[in-house]
Amino acid sequence: MTRKNKKRLQKGFSIVYCCLIYLFLFLPITVIVTNSFNATTSKPYMTWKGFSTDWYGKLFDNTALLESFGNTMFIAIVSTLLATAIGTLAAVGMYKYKFKGKSVIDALLYIPVVIPEIVLGISLLTLFSNTNIPRGTLTLVLAHTTFSIPFVVFNIRARLSGYDKSIEEASMDLGAGRVKTFFNITLPVLAPGIFGGAVLAFTLSIDDVIISYFTNGQTKTFPLKVMESIKSGVSPDINALSALILIGTIIFVVITQSGVLSRNK
Amino acid sequence: MDKKVIVSLKNVNKIYDGGNHVVKNLDLDVYEGEFLTLLGSSGCGKTTTLRMIAGFEEVTSGTITVEGESIAEKEPYERNVNTVFQSYALFPHMTIYDNIAYGLKMKKTDKKEIAKRVSEMLDLVQLGGFENRYPSQLSGGQKQRVAIARALINQPRVLLLDEPLGALDLKLRKQMQLELKRLQRKLNITFIYVTHDQEEALSMSDRVAIMNNGILEQVDIPEKIYEEPQTQFVATFIGETNIFEGCVNSIKGKDIDIMLETGYVTARSENTFNQNDMVVISIRPERIKYSEQPKTGFALKGIIKEQVYVGSVLKTIIVLPNGHEIKIERLAGQKIPVSGDVYVYWDIDDAKLIQSESNRIFNALNNIMFT
Repeated sequence: MTRKNKKRLQKGFSIVYCCLIYLFLFLPITVIVTNSFNATTSKPYMTWKGFSTDWYGKLFDNTALLESFGNTMFIAIVSTLLATAIGTLAAVGMYKYKFKGKSVIDALLYIPVVIPEIVLGISLLTLFSNTNIPRGTLTLVLAHTTFSIPFVVFNIRARLSGYDKSIEEASMDLGAGRVKTFFNITLPVLAPGIFGGAVLAFTLSIDDVIISYFTNGQTKTFPLKVMESIKSGVSPDINALSALILIGTIIFVVITQSGVLSRNK
Repeated sequence: MDKKVIVSLKNVNKIYDGGNHVVKNLDLDVYEGEFLTLLGSSGCGKTTTLRMIAGFEEVTSGTITVEGESIAEKEPYERNVNTVFQSYALFPHMTIYDNIAYGLKMKKTDKKEIAKRVSEMLDLVQLGGFENRYPSQLSGGQKQRVAIARALINQPRVLLLDEPLGALDLKLRKQMQLELKRLQRKLNITFIYVTHDQEEALSMSDRVAIMNNGILEQVDIPEKIYEEPQTQFVATFIGETNIFEGCVNSIKGKDIDIMLETGYVTARSENTFNQNDMVVISIRPERIKYSEQPKTGFALKGIIKEQVYVGSVLKTIIVLPNGHEIKIERLAGQKIPVSGDVYVYWDIDDAKLIQSESNRIFNALNNIMFT
């Protein structure tokens, strides 16, 4: 084989390989989106009966499903705000100051990340029932905040590894007090890390099933609702909601990425 | 001319947690409008001293006054000094304009006034037109200029510079040295400059303060630092020198005969020495002479070990009987012996006589044991 042909073959192979990877990643998503336009009305909603947008209409009549989605969004937003605030202060504090037991706290941060979710779920349930906190939205928010904090801390810590402390000194040198320095310098410079941590916390909260299952009480989140309905086959209105979430996510990603790109120019 | 002291350090000590004593009993007066350099190798306490003046480090004991006022209780943002950091420390999320304007914004200066002063500063550091760029889009030298402009915009009485040229390449460093000197002359601000580069220190400063292990060894104008070192450390740290250790044999007026291990020599000193004092003689390679005939006052015989031409200079190394090597530099083309036994001598004014460190220790021991 000539060298030129060999190169051509290599190129062809890599194109096929890439296509297979993307197919593997995106085929399941395509199935969901396609199925949300399926006109079928009989279980298990798998056979294609023609195109229809009926399910999107039905989605807005399914109050239980919409309510669960509302719960999910509420819990995600509140727990993200809490985890981001606590995580940011923790990361900055642990970076800046030396104190006793720092290494212990540091090591403990990894525990919520590495222990199986089911263990965390059971322990949170035990904690909440022993302290008589009624299970519901409050316990869900607390649980989600708990497992999100380490991810926020790790994200900000990654940002801090390239952080030059002397910019804070420069700010103070130029006449800004400590609080002003934190809001003018520290926070904006760490913002990409904080934002990344918040997005991660938000995502983790939205699709959490196991821990939510143990701590939800009567409050149903969207993933729990999906789990429940799966016993009778995924109905296309859930597919429709998934497709809408997907579109929302894509728009969000496009906006943030283009923001990052224009900043780097 | 009576100069006004602007920054004064009195008996300043800095001991870190863990007992590391980095600045020891430092006394230093800095005059208004002068360019003073703190020179020393890394870890000598020069940067710590600067950071104490800026307010980033607390003074363990002693006082620092700026314009006659103690600054012990003042936070960094309350002090009328500004700093240029080694790493530039530009705010990465702000444009060059916002970086430079930061100090004025903190003072809540009027926006029009800020715009005017920033553009003046940009002109001063020759960066007009860079207002809307971000620090990441600038080269090292440009970042350095922004850092200087940002520190100068508050019109500080004293500018502290912590190895500001350390990260630049040699050519740019030379250029920035000249520019800094020009700025300092033009604005007539006191510069306290920290560096480990002796050439930089000697060429830019009005006065150089040499630090070693937290101790201030000597503060003087550059010429005197080179020509009249007061301690052995200063003599060996600045430029090349030959060191002889000996003992004062006899004193005739200002001429002092000194016994060495391998002979005797003569030197002259304005400082007073006593018979049997242990002394160190420092003499620069370009000041040492040698000939085939002995000279009066000198008995120091050696063998020429090697000679190397380095362009215009001829470098000679002479070995003494005890193995001690003497470095000598002569302008090439002079008629001088090239090999064999020679007698080493010098003009007695050229050798610098310094009290030996061991003499101080000896005296201290003497005091302890016999009083």
